[in-house]
Amino acid sequence: MENMNERKIRVLVAKPGLDGHDRGAKVIARALRDAGMEVIYTGLRQTPEMIAAAALQEDVDAVGVSILSGAHNTLCPRIVQLLHDQGMNDCLVLLGGIVPQEDIAKLKSQGVAEIFLPGTSTENIVKFLRENVKPRE
Amino acid sequence: MSETKEINSPIDEAVDRWTHETLEPTLRKHPETKKRFESVSLEEVDRLYTPADVAQLDFSDDISFPGEFPYTRGIHPTGYRGKLWTMRQFAGFSTPEETNARFKYLLKQGQTGLSVAYDLPTLMGYDADSLLSEGEVGKCGVAVSSLADMEVLFDEIPLEHVTVSQTINAPASVLLAMYLVVAEKQGADWKKISGTLQNDILKEYIAQKEWIYPIRPAMKLVIDTFEFCTEQVPRYNPVSVSGYHIREAGATAIQELAFTLRDGLEYVDWGLKAGLDLDRFVPRMSFFFNAHNDFFEEVAKYRAARRIWAREMRDRFGSTNERTLKLRFHTQTAGVSLTVQQPLNNIVRVAIQALAGVLGGTQSLHTDAYDEALSLPTDRAALIALRTQQIIAEETGVVNTIDPLGGSYFVEALTEKMEAGARDYFRKIDGMGGMVAAIEKGFPQREIQDSAYQYQKAVERGDQVIVGVNKYAIDNEENQVPTLVIDESVREHQVERLERTRASRDAGAVANSLEKLKQAAQKQENTMPATIEAVRAYATLGEICSALRDVYGIYEEPAF
Repeated sequence: MENMNERKIRVLVAKPGLDGHDRGAKVIARALRDAGMEVIYTGLRQTPEMIAAAALQEDVDAVGVSILSGAHNTLCPRIVQLLHDQGMNDCLVLLGGIVPQEDIAKLKSQGVAEIFLPGTSTENIVKFLRENVKPRE
Repeated sequence: MSETKEINSPIDEAVDRWTHETLEPTLRKHPETKKRFESVSLEEVDRLYTPADVAQLDFSDDISFPGEFPYTRGIHPTGYRGKLWTMRQFAGFSTPEETNARFKYLLKQGQTGLSVAYDLPTLMGYDADSLLSEGEVGKCGVAVSSLADMEVLFDEIPLEHVTVSQTINAPASVLLAMYLVVAEKQGADWKKISGTLQNDILKEYIAQKEWIYPIRPAMKLVIDTFEFCTEQVPRYNPVSVSGYHIREAGATAIQELAFTLRDGLEYVDWGLKAGLDLDRFVPRMSFFFNAHNDFFEEVAKYRAARRIWAREMRDRFGSTNERTLKLRFHTQTAGVSLTVQQPLNNIVRVAIQALAGVLGGTQSLHTDAYDEALSLPTDRAALIALRTQQIIAEETGVVNTIDPLGGSYFVEALTEKMEAGARDYFRKIDGMGGMVAAIEKGFPQREIQDSAYQYQKAVERGDQVIVGVNKYAIDNEENQVPTLVIDESVREHQVERLERTRASRDAGAVANSLEKLKQAAQKQENTMPATIEAVRAYATLGEICSALRDVYGIYEEPAF
């Protein structure tokens, strides 16, 4: 039986950079909410610093970053680093968007937990979060 | 239902007979594969359309002839027999030098017009050296920070003879000014140059989300360009009212049609309030629609768009001017429908979507390249996209007759349904006080988000099939087609030119021109003359937008 007091998974859905394509971010936010998670959406054009600050303030288990502009190599490692610097080592960073094959391994080695490409079902993202978010003490 | 239906005409009677005698016995033996058949917009499609479905239509009022009101069958009396659509491939990446080379290549391959894609910093009004531009310079389009970049972009491209479409919105007046100054330096006559500025700020707040200023001052800037072009650049289209991005953000076909046309009506309203002459500025308004996967729904959408616009111009605004009544539009195939998986399949999708645009009577067309779900297009992919249009135009025979789908029971009934659906939205939006007010309330934004989510759920249930993704997928697919990589050196190259430009210009002239621009904005005067003066002095895009931000402020999106 599930514990009634069990903490819901908390996710920050973030749109860094100048890219305004937010269809994916909004669909994911709604799907995660429908799956029983608590979701905070940052809105558009957040710097990595703003995203890390929001992650800390909202005490989230994961940050889902949506980038369709090709700026992922600049933005994602910085978000991972800033989360790490503020002691959020267990906070997962997920990336969704248009990411060329050759960038994937590098981003993962830089601490991005998983990368979801176009065509991913929202169920897979829900499943990944349930299986990989570290339980809290 | 058929038992209780009142039989009131020979055709109803005939349909009823067919249903009982032929259809029902078959259905008992071989049921259909699905309970409900629906379009990509999740609208139900009936089994069969007959004269009963178009009985309420009047040929001369609703369908009529090409080149005649209400233009359902097209705006030209000769269709494509007199002139094909303009093949206008959207291109732009990396430095102005590289994009200039791509433009020349496309013209050499038989392309008949140019279309510029700008990068995100340019779209947002930031220079290449802004902190916010890091990682984005030259990625999604070409980087342009000042007149110096624009001079390189159109080097050896005669602007008096080639029509250029520019996809730029929030800072559109600045890029228009740069374009006009480059044309002038080439010796071109502004009275002769033609082309299109996207400049559709309403759909930015609704869907594309590349805004700078709050909505009302941003609308004022759009109207400034209308007024300026009407007087100074009379053959130029200062706006392309765009449904493309609304559809890409998740709208249904009806929502795309309704919000785009209602945006168009809003610009007309604002233009009239600014004292412009209806029949002088409206004929230069152009439109831009998506071509998505659902073939007939798309054809009906374009036909309905022409009919609605003509009726609104006549009934809402009282125009009888043929050029005001005629809706001209560009079409682009649906980027959102392209898949990363099995990317060559995209060539087929694009061909079918493009065919819908052509059968819908588009004036110009961009066909997406098959690799666009992966990156900006490579030369090879861009060439196949152009060849797709040439095959449709010159091999298939679809251009031989005008509006070949006109008169189809299904297409006419669907055209009617599109118009009715759009008018329902018009009533709601009019009731809110117009499109600006509806956007401020978040109405179209919420409608689109909801449709995007419903579509995603339909895909995940398998009700909507995406070949190669949720059906016929290949595990561990051997990727990849070659893709275009834009490296970070583009930014250095652009920043260098920016620094050279800043060092060599007359700083006093720049400061003066920016001050004049601010004053024009504060006094609610037309900002175009001062913008052109600032551009001539090599004030940068970032500096000009920053001056206007000081006056107008910035837009913050409310949470919906």
